[in-house]
Amino acid sequence: MRTITVREALREAMREEMIRDKNVFLMGEEVAQYQGAYKISQGLWEEFGDKRVIDTPITEHGFAGLGVGAGFGGLRPIVEFMTFNFSMQAIDQIINSAAKTLYMSGGQMGCPIVFRGPNGAASRVGAQHSQCYASWYAHVPGLKVVSPYNANDAKGLLKAAIRDPNPVIFLENEIMYGQSFEISEEEDFVLPIGQAEVIQEGSDVTIVAFSIMVGKALEAAKILKEQNIHAEVINLRTIRPLDTATILKSLAKTNRLITVEEGWPFAGVGSEIASVVMEHGFDDLDAPVLRVTAKDVPLPYAANLERLALPQVDDIINAVKTLIIGG
Amino acid sequence: MEPSKEALKSYFEMMVLIRKFEERCAQIYGMGKIGGFCHLYIGQEAVVVGMQSVIEPIDSVITSYRDHGHMLACGMDSGGVLAELMGRSTGYSKGKGGSMHMFSREKKFYGGHGIVGAQVSLGTGLAFAHKYTQDGGVCLAYMGDGAAHQGQVYESFNMAALWKLPVVYIIENNEYSMGTSVARCSATANLSTRGESYGIPGEQVDGMDILAIIAAGKRAVERARAGEGPILLEMKTYRYRGHSMSDPAKYRSKEEVDDVKNTKDPIEKVRALLLKQGVSEKDLEEIEDKVKAEVLKAVEFSENSPEPDEAELWTDILVGESA
Repeated sequence: MRTITVREALREAMREEMIRDKNVFLMGEEVAQYQGAYKISQGLWEEFGDKRVIDTPITEHGFAGLGVGAGFGGLRPIVEFMTFNFSMQAIDQIINSAAKTLYMSGGQMGCPIVFRGPNGAASRVGAQHSQCYASWYAHVPGLKVVSPYNANDAKGLLKAAIRDPNPVIFLENEIMYGQSFEISEEEDFVLPIGQAEVIQEGSDVTIVAFSIMVGKALEAAKILKEQNIHAEVINLRTIRPLDTATILKSLAKTNRLITVEEGWPFAGVGSEIASVVMEHGFDDLDAPVLRVTAKDVPLPYAANLERLALPQVDDIINAVKTLIIGG
Repeated sequence: MEPSKEALKSYFEMMVLIRKFEERCAQIYGMGKIGGFCHLYIGQEAVVVGMQSVIEPIDSVITSYRDHGHMLACGMDSGGVLAELMGRSTGYSKGKGGSMHMFSREKKFYGGHGIVGAQVSLGTGLAFAHKYTQDGGVCLAYMGDGAAHQGQVYESFNMAALWKLPVVYIIENNEYSMGTSVARCSATANLSTRGESYGIPGEQVDGMDILAIIAAGKRAVERARAGEGPILLEMKTYRYRGHSMSDPAKYRSKEEVDDVKNTKDPIEKVRALLLKQGVSEKDLEEIEDKVKAEVLKAVEFSENSPEPDEAELWTDILVGESA
């Protein structure tokens, strides 16, 4: 097995898909000559040139719309947002144009496009640069929403997203970029969108998480194991379409479930999972579903407050114990 | 070079088709058979007919929600357009788009977009695709005078000029963005200068005069196709009806509207040209009768078409998958 960082995995995915399909191109702020604000696209400009790796002005609404138009015109754009926080400038084009036009055109106007970039909190960058968009985009029919955890996910899912004929929101995480993982040696490794992974098996409780929170869930599971509590951890990989089958199958085994996400609680991904579980797995529940989320506040800057606002390993452990032992 | 008599006759026919089609839409809307928002193109017919005459089949067209005229001018079937307006399965979007959201990949018509200004960024992207694939195509991106104030329009201008994209931006200035006159919402009256900061040349064109439109359109399309980058045409035109069917247009006087109708009507202008070239009144009547018959046929086709099957609710959400 080869070990690479999430950053390298994302870069390999884009490179391989650009070699595979000449209509795939990358555009965004600082993606070309600067080599990427987070160095995801390092080397791609030298390899593919100005035509296919394109520095844009700081103009998210405009280049998102331009990307969608290029998708209508037969190309396969990868649009990088320096962070997903800036995608709010462009959200009209993502929802009203990319997501809805296939339906509004009676199936004529598909838009194969990937919007990708880091999502959620980084480290002490304050409220405007630290938001999780998973539930925002997952709300919308016509979009797929993917959020990888490790290098394997990053590579396999990004390749799938680029090949997908639909608009895909690809939510990365800045803190994960530099982390190393073993990665599949399989040639042309692609992971299917819409399938979650049971990343750790267990019998006492199911922890459903995505992106950086999968790591926190695994850490919590390790500590819980020392206390003889066996947690099963599901790495969602895709938020929409949600792999409800994997969640319900795990619940049938453990009878208890918690969700972990970096987003806010109100109408969050955890709320959706709780609803799905209540509607389709009610008889398997021995206790109510608990959600571990960011606190319902804009993310503060001060280190101690930021730590309090974001879900920590202890929060997950406490939630599990509440479920199993009672509060 | 002036268009030939035959070409002029075909423009006359298309302009009359658009007007008769729209008049019929108003009638059908009044009967409650067309729902929602419905924006008519009456008064502005010369703009799309003139511009369509100067482009090639490879070129793409995109516009806002005042789109019926553009679709007919692109060669889309009047029956399919009307059926969509009436929410029928035989409509261009199977009844799922409506007046503001219709498309034809075959005719290179990319919508029909309901968000003011969004089509300008999308059209810039279509132009990007033309350049990327080197297919020689140009995009005509239409917008109203209201859209000319949207931020993303200028973001698009900047990128189009920076990357020399083959796009012709056409502002159809019909003097009112809904109920607000240009004077009341624009810091500068001459919208053709709106690309100046980006080095985009602009030209004001009499949008009621098809010959002026064709002349300016040819120059603009040639320039864009030659790789010299975007260009902006401001078509000074006028809409006879309200912003949409639900707008009684009380923000302007009857005299103002009548004056345009009586002195600047774009169809009457072409009729006079044709008569001057020796086409008989009878020939023109024949064209008008032919158009009336086509509109009647479109109505019949639409009324006899079923509503979409209920199963259609769940199709076309994602390519290759049903929900």
